[in-house]
Amino acid sequence: MDQQFTDDYKNMVMKTCLSAARIMIESGADMDRVNDTVNHIACNAGFYESQSYITITGIVLSISSDFGARVSIIKKRSFDLEKVTLVNELSREFGEKKIDLQLFYDRLKAIDKYIMVFPLWVQLIGAALVSGPLALVFQNNVHDFLITCLVGMLGWAVFYFLSKYVQIRFLSEFIAALVIGVCAILSVRLGIGLNSDDIIIGSLMPLVPGVPLTNSVRDILYGNLVSGQARALEALISATALGFGIAVVLKLL
Amino acid sequence: MTMFILKVICVYLSTVGFGLIVNLPRRALNEAGIIGLIGWLVYYGITYFGGGMGTANFGGSLVIGLLSIGFARFKKMPGIIFQIPALVPLVPGGQAYQFIKNFAMSKYVMALDYLSQVIWIAGAIALGFIVAEIVFKVNMKLNKKRLKS
Repeated sequence: MDQQFTDDYKNMVMKTCLSAARIMIESGADMDRVNDTVNHIACNAGFYESQSYITITGIVLSISSDFGARVSIIKKRSFDLEKVTLVNELSREFGEKKIDLQLFYDRLKAIDKYIMVFPLWVQLIGAALVSGPLALVFQNNVHDFLITCLVGMLGWAVFYFLSKYVQIRFLSEFIAALVIGVCAILSVRLGIGLNSDDIIIGSLMPLVPGVPLTNSVRDILYGNLVSGQARALEALISATALGFGIAVVLKLL
Repeated sequence: MTMFILKVICVYLSTVGFGLIVNLPRRALNEAGIIGLIGWLVYYGITYFGGGMGTANFGGSLVIGLLSIGFARFKKMPGIIFQIPALVPLVPGGQAYQFIKNFAMSKYVMALDYLSQVIWIAGAIALGFIVAEIVFKVNMKLNKKRLKS
């Protein structure tokens, strides 16, 4: 068996695999890539019979038969594709023997600790770039371009602050949709915008759950049926929350 | 024609914008925008030459899937970071909104009409991804066989 490895070393490999997998799932990677990365790290560290059971809410991992398995629970999930790329690069560098295990683990801890999301104003520009142009592409509406950008920015700001400070899942989508609907209809009543439908369609686009939807298709395709369904349900509920927000506004105003 | 040029610029901008929201690595922003633009051009071309909604979305997402796998190999990054933003211009946002609106106004026949369009488009997009993955896997297997023999 793997008698040449000390318990400390095994412990370290275990910790590195678990934290790499946890960071990747928390940032919204697909399960196939997480599985791949964990197996690669274990193989490159010298354990060829590692087994892992990875779902969207937790990880069970054992690296050799004489060393116990370990569990890691995943509580929060957000979208941060830069972290996925960084962990992927680190695992590749470890495979090419450019960094050793200790450095790998320290870098993972640093990645986990630092928040590398774009600042709020860049995200707001992003939301404006998604909403205004898509209203033009979908509905051929040039007149409402600027007001759609503004409403989209406002909706994203509401969503951002609610999910940061209130942290009730799916409530932030609902309230953001309410605010977008009210602003769009008010802007048409005040004579700034022409067509409230186009403004709402454009401004809702930044809130569409694109990451879970794409990931769920990929997960189901690669045979990770548990995670795929869980993600599909997550995407469906947040889309429904958006829909209800808009429906309430349309019914009342 | 001016409308077409405006739309091309807008598709690129919206893909990059969605990249900013989901925190794409800065090196991947431009590539994601280009992939999204090419996918949308395929979609637009198919509808322009008389193709149906399903065919157009299938073609668009197939091209996006193939290109993002190619770029992922080339840039050594995970494939999803190109796929997610590039999909945004194909999302059936207008139809989904019309479904909600008609449903809230109790026009159920219209609402179901739009809902079936949304399901049709979403299915076409998913099918395009699946076919892109299959093409990639078959290609990998052929390469392995070639290496062995």
